[in-house]
Amino acid sequence: MSEKTLTIKIDGAEVKAKAGQTILEAAEEAGIYIPRLCYLKELSPHGSCRVCLVKVGGKFQTACTEPVVDGAEIENNTDEIKQIRRDIVDMLFVEGNHFCMFCEKSGNCELQAVAYRLGILAPKYPYLFPDAEIDGSHPDIFIDKNRCILCGRCVQASKDLDGKGVFEFVGRGPEKKLAVNAEAKLSDTNMDVVDKATDICPVGAIIKKRIGFATPVGQRTYDEKPIGSDIEQKKS
Amino acid sequence: MGKPKIATASLAGCFGCHMSLLDIDDRILKLVELVDFDKSPIDDIKKFSGRCLVGLIEGGCANEENVHNLKEFRKHCDILISVGDCAINGGLPAMRNVMPLKECLDEAYLNGPTVYNPEGIVPSDKELPLLLDKVYPCHHVVKIDYYLPGCPPSADTLWEALVALLNNKPLELPYELIKYD
Amino acid sequence: MSENISKIIKEVCEANNKDRTRLMDIVEAIQESVGCVSSDAMNLIAEEIGCHRVEVESVISFYAFLSKRPKGKVAIRLCNDSVDKMKGADEIAKAFEKELGIEVGQTTSDGKITLENTPCIGMCDQAPAALLNQVVAPSLTVEKVKAIVAGLQKDTDPSKISLGLGDGNNADSLVGSAVNNNIIKKGDVIFADNESGTGLKKAITLSPEEVVDMVKISNLRGRGGAGFPTGLKWQFTRAAQGDQKYIICNADEGEPGTFKDRVLLTEKFDLVFEGMTIAGYAIGATEGVLYLRGEYAYLRTFLEKKLKERRDASFLGKKVCGKDGFDFDIRIQMGAGAYICGEESALISSCEGLRGDPKTRPPFPAQRGYLAKPTSVNNVETFCSVTRILEKGADWFSDIGSVDSAGTKVLSISGACKNPGIYEYPFGAKIQDILKDAGAENTQAVLVGGPSGQFINPSEFSRSICFSDLATGGSMVVFDTKSDLLKVVEEYMEFFVEESCGYCTPCRAGNVLMKERLGYILAGRGEIADLAYLEDLGGTIKKASRCGLGQTSPNPILTTIKNFKPLYEKLMKKQEEGMQPSFDIKAALGDAERIAGRKSVIYTD
Repeated sequence: MSEKTLTIKIDGAEVKAKAGQTILEAAEEAGIYIPRLCYLKELSPHGSCRVCLVKVGGKFQTACTEPVVDGAEIENNTDEIKQIRRDIVDMLFVEGNHFCMFCEKSGNCELQAVAYRLGILAPKYPYLFPDAEIDGSHPDIFIDKNRCILCGRCVQASKDLDGKGVFEFVGRGPEKKLAVNAEAKLSDTNMDVVDKATDICPVGAIIKKRIGFATPVGQRTYDEKPIGSDIEQKKS
Repeated sequence: MGKPKIATASLAGCFGCHMSLLDIDDRILKLVELVDFDKSPIDDIKKFSGRCLVGLIEGGCANEENVHNLKEFRKHCDILISVGDCAINGGLPAMRNVMPLKECLDEAYLNGPTVYNPEGIVPSDKELPLLLDKVYPCHHVVKIDYYLPGCPPSADTLWEALVALLNNKPLELPYELIKYD
Repeated sequence: MSENISKIIKEVCEANNKDRTRLMDIVEAIQESVGCVSSDAMNLIAEEIGCHRVEVESVISFYAFLSKRPKGKVAIRLCNDSVDKMKGADEIAKAFEKELGIEVGQTTSDGKITLENTPCIGMCDQAPAALLNQVVAPSLTVEKVKAIVAGLQKDTDPSKISLGLGDGNNADSLVGSAVNNNIIKKGDVIFADNESGTGLKKAITLSPEEVVDMVKISNLRGRGGAGFPTGLKWQFTRAAQGDQKYIICNADEGEPGTFKDRVLLTEKFDLVFEGMTIAGYAIGATEGVLYLRGEYAYLRTFLEKKLKERRDASFLGKKVCGKDGFDFDIRIQMGAGAYICGEESALISSCEGLRGDPKTRPPFPAQRGYLAKPTSVNNVETFCSVTRILEKGADWFSDIGSVDSAGTKVLSISGACKNPGIYEYPFGAKIQDILKDAGAENTQAVLVGGPSGQFINPSEFSRSICFSDLATGGSMVVFDTKSDLLKVVEEYMEFFVEESCGYCTPCRAGNVLMKERLGYILAGRGEIADLAYLEDLGGTIKKASRCGLGQTSPNPILTTIKNFKPLYEKLMKKQEEGMQPSFDIKAALGDAERIAGRKSVIYTD
């Protein structure tokens, strides 16, 4: 990949970028946080959650998949984009059963943190209260599909980082669900607690057993500082 | 003109949000200067004495009495606030929403592993309000004006919100006060 | 799992070279011969082709025609499209239920017959219709239902049932179908007489670049609905780096109300295959794939034979038409009941043996398509036009039609009109003239472009079919004043909910929310603010969705709010101040009242 430097504008501010980078990567290097959920640096971008939606030359694109083009003008923090992001996060909350008050991931949950950052006090859509499976069969790992946001991180991580392929999606539309590479249970797969796929769930759908609530409230990842603060610190 | 009035209720909740309101500590003295409490468990007034500026609702609707109560609040309050996660999304009680009511009652009174119920009676006294098919967040039942999430929302959150509303200011919570747990 | 079934599975995998990318062919073959792809079968397939079991399950669970659980030897799939309902599909469903003694969704106790619903099967011009496995049963009546059930109870081979023969090639022994073409209006491009091979022979006298240029000059735009310039697409695909390139013909027409490709494939297959061959020459591809929707499987053997005839005539294969260095052949890839696969990148995923999830763009298929190679996906009708352009010239073509829309458009017209069928018009044809031709009276609304298009009202009937006004893939459904339009809208929303692939949030969750709120309005529990809610939500779904499905799925609601607002307003009742009209206390108490055996004393009737 050439190291040619390009210049793009994000909300009017000039940002240097390298050819081959995505908008999200270029923004991140420049200390601009673009909210995201399915994206993870180690994985190829999925573009499914749609939270990182930006407007490029008047067209909506996901920043995690859209390559930078020299001179591109990108809208990131406009009222329109913020509203769409809030709507999408609202949808994720109502299509699952996200009961933060008893979720071990609370305080370290990316869905929750993005919602905090977007200032969401309650979703604008009615809750759907779906019936979802819980799989506690594995000795060290617990799966709660009530909390799954179908981001695909575990699917990819297990395939590409762990070389295992423990997860896939089954069904389609609102019936789409996470499934494991066995007739039914996670304990029948070769999933291991040290696998990358155990660690990368943005929400509390895949969690390690026996370590919950270890960090006191107040010291958890997003208790004090909003998600994305680390990226924004780069800007000086 | 008298002081504005506040009413509060705990529907299908645990009273934790009310405890949190009491947690505003000495600010409660200031609050009493600012407002009068109308119908509320805090003063044990059972019936609305008149129109209220603010109604604080803790808990969602699990039974017909909750619905009735919530609707009374909507009728009597200018501003109705869902306080806490149970009011907003049903909270812990809403865990039953994924199963039919019958199954839930059978599990609770007949089949649960810790149940001792030799007569096999599922409580159904006519004094007991009928349960709804599921636990409804308050805004599924009536129009809600503001939401204060948290389990419970912190005393600071409640204080900030009340002070803003009583002073006719927009309710904008700082990052530290938006919490869902 | 029996040894016999294991043997079949192994043979099928073997026949497909144990190729993971041919998983669709593998599971389709197993489904056809065994009736399902069971859990054990998944394990064996995975072992044979070297993938994970859950990948096989992932694919099977995606397609409506594939099933993990055993189904009857015959699957009766009743089309429950709105047009079929207009023509009495509900009555037909009841007749089937009565004759079979089961409900829709069930299988007879002898395991012979499964009855289920399916969205539009491309037979709206002869609705109500059903599929009996791969056999199409059009123009159903209660009498026909009785005969069909009696026949199937005697012999579960649906091809043995006498349903009559349709016109044209439908009567060919390899089709043997009761389907009719209903070609009502022939235009100058697609349905004019032509001699097979003329266009292709012309093409190979030109350089590939010249062919691309010719198509560009002709101003041909994609006929699937989006209208991307075909020549430009080919130019990009031709210019892209790749040791292999592919041409794919999108014959997955699934837009409710469309059936033109069915007729084109039955009668104008030569134009289609020739157009694909010309495209192959133009972009430098040696392989073409015709992706045929599962509903049109009855045409497969016939089309295979036609491909063979073209091979024999040297129109396909090595050295096409004797041209050195030009090899090109076509295979047929079957779909399995997924509307989303009409989206070009989802179609490519499906060809690769994957779930029909659309792919992330960029890269576009022209750069990285089928098997990661540069690929051009074009519509059936587009290929037909290409053949004619090569035969008659770019100027001849661009002179037909309107200023920005060259050529003709084949429309599938159905619904409340006397003459449902296929109509070919030059672009620019006005809706009012088309309606007159089709014999439509008392028209309340026309759905142009299917549910992903728009509902227009009579004040807009002077608008015309073309890319700058009413762009359409060809579906046109007429509703007269007897139709309950919003009920139809609800059916279409149900369609989108079921056909969303579920990959991205707004389409997966948003359409469910749209349909839910519409349901409240239809139940008399709506309020005027719901319309703004639906417009906002629909706007977000359109802006934020990843592919064309989500970007258009709110249209049934949004275009009726725009063009038929009084229908919504009529349903709005005065609601109690401050309450949520959607909340139904009596319904919420129903369970408890039944369980406790007493009525609510607070909320009495």
